[in-house]
Amino acid sequence: MNQLSVRNLRKSFGDELVLRDISFELQPHQVTVVIGASGSGKSTLMRCINLLEEIDDGQIILANEDITAPDINPDVVRAKIGSVFQSFNLFSHLTVLQNITLASRKVHGVKREIAEDQAMELLSRFGLEAKARSYPDLLSGGQQQRVAILRALITKPQLLLLDEVTSALDPILIAEVLTLIAELKAEGHTMLISTHEMGFALKVADELIFLQHGEIAERGNPHELLADPQSEGLRAFLAAMREAGRL
Amino acid sequence: MTYQPSPLRIARESAKRRATVRSRLIAALSTFFLATALLVILTSASGFHKVTGAFFNWHHARLSFPQVLNGLWLNLRVMVIAEICVLILGLLIALARTSVSPLLYPVRLAATIYTDIFRGLPLLLVLLLVGFGIPGLGISWLPSSTLLLGIVSLILTYSAYVAEVIRAGIEAVHPAQRMAARALGLTTAQTQRTVILPQALRKVAPPLLNDLVSLQKDSGLISVLGAIDAIRQARIYSSMTFNFTSYVVAGALFVALTIPLTRFTDWLTRRQDLARNLRGQW
Repeated sequence: MNQLSVRNLRKSFGDELVLRDISFELQPHQVTVVIGASGSGKSTLMRCINLLEEIDDGQIILANEDITAPDINPDVVRAKIGSVFQSFNLFSHLTVLQNITLASRKVHGVKREIAEDQAMELLSRFGLEAKARSYPDLLSGGQQQRVAILRALITKPQLLLLDEVTSALDPILIAEVLTLIAELKAEGHTMLISTHEMGFALKVADELIFLQHGEIAERGNPHELLADPQSEGLRAFLAAMREAGRL
Repeated sequence: MTYQPSPLRIARESAKRRATVRSRLIAALSTFFLATALLVILTSASGFHKVTGAFFNWHHARLSFPQVLNGLWLNLRVMVIAEICVLILGLLIALARTSVSPLLYPVRLAATIYTDIFRGLPLLLVLLLVGFGIPGLGISWLPSSTLLLGIVSLILTYSAYVAEVIRAGIEAVHPAQRMAARALGLTTAQTQRTVILPQALRKVAPPLLNDLVSLQKDSGLISVLGAIDAIRQARIYSSMTFNFTSYVVAGALFVALTIPLTRFTDWLTRRQDLARNLRGQW
């Protein structure tokens, strides 16, 4: 059984087709990393999967449930998917603890004390327990992003979507966040990650997908793909990455 | 090792101190000259003694004070009732105007028309229309107390202002906050209540309090309908003594009532700046 199947997904903005016929699957516990230039459709793909965008055509199936069926309630689907964004988007009027517990209290109806216990356990597992009562503004970017990941994690989602979560951070903070994601992989979370960190992609990806102009240009084992790119697009992309010192 | 201030820092600090002394001196001198000039112009005016006698008579101030203060008690109650109702109604209208559900289209339309009309109508006109128009209709179950109708007029006018302020706050919350909340599975209503509104109200607290200060002083306008408030009491006193000092007494009392709220607004604004680390040397 697949945890996630995307079948012939199409998405357009106006008359511009930004995703053309995307199909792939994620097995339970699998980590797939999506790479590609800016504008290749990575973020749109993520936003389609958690139903923040309405798709034009195709099917998205999350654990045997067609979440693109017309009568589906998007709120219920989103509650099963953890999403983390490039710009953290922590709620600035809530403390770290309140940020993390919000969804489990409001959406899943968990009692405050229980939710807070779970949150504190997560925070201390990842060395952030001292920040529980702080407001997001007083945290470093790396801490904010790690909190954002824990906020998505607390409801035990069936799938984690991490959309360029390190793009707004400096190298030292990037390392903090990547360490956390690597631990999540070790814990067996199913994750779809888009990133520009090629070294990290190699380390955590079970499968690599290269998106170009809204299409899957290449996919497969990350080491094989990088060692022997088949398409001109991927070769150019990897050359640019090397040039920029990111590979 | 304890930190020893560098020579550069010492020099800069003493330069700053000199600049402070100089600017304080300039401020004191310019204030002195301006005040003197004002005093000379005023006291040399031909009607100066007539006006001070009519408006600033200590004897009449003392005599009218208890009566005006008694009227102010009514203003105070009017203010508090109107402020509470304005905040509730303003919030509801703002929520209606920012709603997106097609079901709420008529509500949205009504809220838009309402704010357009009541932000444009002078309060005095609303008072006259409501205060004399509604009893004039002769509908028995409608209230006819001038006091009540005065409060209703204040609420009608100020809710329109407050609704616009709150709406501005809602729209000033970054859209990504809404997206993040929806991505967590929160419904539209939950997102509005737990994520958007708390941030919006924080953003607009200073302008909101500003509107409440304005409402406080405008509560004096209900006297045109005949309610015996501070201004009405001042008028009664003045018509019996042919002296206007009682109006000045009423004015001073209104100022004294609004100053605490004004200072609170300033304090709140400063605290918000501090919380956002928006203090520095620029």
